[in-house]
Amino acid sequence: MAPPLQTLPDMSGRFGPYGGRFVPETLMAALHELTCEYEKARQDPAFQKEFQRYLHEYVGRPSLLYFASRLTQEAGGARIFLKREDMNHTGAHKINNCMGQALLARRMGKKRIIAETGAGQHGVATATACALFGLPCRVYMGEEDVRRQKLNVFKMRAMGAEVASVTSGSKTLRDAINEALRDWMATVGETHYILGSVVGPHPFPWMVREFQAVIGEESRQQCLEKTGKLPNAVVACVGGGSNSAGMFFPFINDPGVQLIGVEAGGRSHQPGEHAATLSLGQPGILHGTFSYVLQDADGQTAGVHSISAGLDYPGVGPEHGYWKDQGRVSYTSVNDDAALKAFTLCSRLEGILPALETAHALVEALRLASTMKPEETVLVCFSGRGDKDCHEVARLQGENIE
Amino acid sequence: MNPIDALFAELKKAGRKAFMPFITAGDPDLAATVETICALADAGADLVEIGFPYSDPIADGPVIQASYTRALEKGLKVQDIFLATAQARARLDNKGKALPFVAMVSASILHRFGQAAFYLQAKNSGFSGLIVPDLPAEESANIASALKIQGLHLVQLVTPNTPRERARQIVQASSGFVYCVSVSGITGERDMIPAQLISQLQWLREETRLPLCVGFGVSKPAHAALLRQHVDGVIVGSALVRLLAPDGQRTLIQSLQEIKLLSRGIRSALDLPS
Repeated sequence: MAPPLQTLPDMSGRFGPYGGRFVPETLMAALHELTCEYEKARQDPAFQKEFQRYLHEYVGRPSLLYFASRLTQEAGGARIFLKREDMNHTGAHKINNCMGQALLARRMGKKRIIAETGAGQHGVATATACALFGLPCRVYMGEEDVRRQKLNVFKMRAMGAEVASVTSGSKTLRDAINEALRDWMATVGETHYILGSVVGPHPFPWMVREFQAVIGEESRQQCLEKTGKLPNAVVACVGGGSNSAGMFFPFINDPGVQLIGVEAGGRSHQPGEHAATLSLGQPGILHGTFSYVLQDADGQTAGVHSISAGLDYPGVGPEHGYWKDQGRVSYTSVNDDAALKAFTLCSRLEGILPALETAHALVEALRLASTMKPEETVLVCFSGRGDKDCHEVARLQGENIE
Repeated sequence: MNPIDALFAELKKAGRKAFMPFITAGDPDLAATVETICALADAGADLVEIGFPYSDPIADGPVIQASYTRALEKGLKVQDIFLATAQARARLDNKGKALPFVAMVSASILHRFGQAAFYLQAKNSGFSGLIVPDLPAEESANIASALKIQGLHLVQLVTPNTPRERARQIVQASSGFVYCVSVSGITGERDMIPAQLISQLQWLREETRLPLCVGFGVSKPAHAALLRQHVDGVIVGSALVRLLAPDGQRTLIQSLQEIKLLSRGIRSALDLPS
């Protein structure tokens, strides 16, 4: 019999067949050290207390659970609740994980932090935590993204981080991760790598999910307080899968709660036109983990596209792969146009600009709610705010706001 | 007997050290790869490592990464690499040169291509073993036993930060030889051989009877001369791959001449009387 989902990963970092460590030997000692130190830290009440204190006093947790009455009205079915991760310091869920890993790095005596970033949200959150703890920080970012996300590059530099432009391979997030891993291999003694999602080799998928599980834990409690029951459905977007993993995990043992992950459907289902890894990919290896991957028949990683830079990744967390195979979470995809419409709809109806990542989840939540009864509830992980996407949305609408 | 084992047995008897060049398949193209393999054989190579280009090679430095990117941009397929190596193997057989081939291939490619199909084709196109740089010993048991059925070796890597206890497990899981990484980090050329490496090689000798071969950062005859008394073979990668990279001026014939020159230099350094 398969072990219960809430007990995973196993000792070797496996979620069923997925996960593990497919990395050069040079990193094995560091991953082993990190796993041992994290295992100790998570059971240490002093570490947990300090983590909670920073989440409360610095990040601003608990984030609010908000009843979106006008979106509910628009859908015309179940009541829609938004878990407001956009209200966190730095405007997204990413900071939860960065605070946890920065505290862990400090506890391990690491003198230097590196990170990767795509659109820049994880880079900004990492730069923030490093400024707070006085740790030097180097963020790897694809050359293409550096050009497209000038504001986030400025924010990181303003907080003292060094932004390294990555010119190898695809010049995007994928190669930013490759470069960060290469840096880590050469500097492993003094450096900690704050990986931003539930991807990469063990212990990252497990550790990042645990740092993000505060989203689902709070939501569960807040739903019980506000509605007297658990939600009927929980919806979250999935790129690498950190906000969704953190949201879903505390509900994984509640069979009455339907869990839905929403991937980036992009322009079409043709290779290179989307980032719907679980929906359209196959099991394979990328960035040190065995999970679903978008790749060709030779195992070469495929190109990806999404209107949302945070979902634009050809892999996905191994735990999601297992949840998919076990049928515990269902995964669907939403295309660029629908996400763009939801961005505008949510802004106009609720006065809240969602990140384009979040807009993908909103599309599915609205669709699902419209098929449900008014006494039922849909919980949405509102993973981030849309400020960072305003330039891109304006550009797509033919406006110039430079 | 696996040709890698035969090679090292013969070298040991002759008191010689192996020169093991690495090249990227398909850079600048597969015809050049075949020519390069034959040129290396002429210049005194004992074994050739052939890199299968991968889109996300985290263990490789800029020179090899760029060669992988160039090869893949031209649409290189795994299947075509096998056809080319089979051709090179046939030419070497005609000349009576054994020269084992070892494939350097990512776990990602093995998984997606299909392990059984990969091993069978590798065997049939002249390979004697595999190095899978992103497959640590813990994840390697199934692959190692599947390879054994085909009579292929799985070469494992030991790095400067591998503790002795762990190194013991790695060398037990390894076959053919042990790939000793000279520095923590990625492949590339460096100017010095770290002192720590020498002491690691000494204690590795106590843990295994497998040949110990050093790579990562070996680029000059001087490096080979320095290492020769401590190792059974040296692996030279980036320095050769660099000579094949298009620079807008060098022709393939010129590249091959430079490769032969460097190779003969390393060969002589390894053969110097100690």
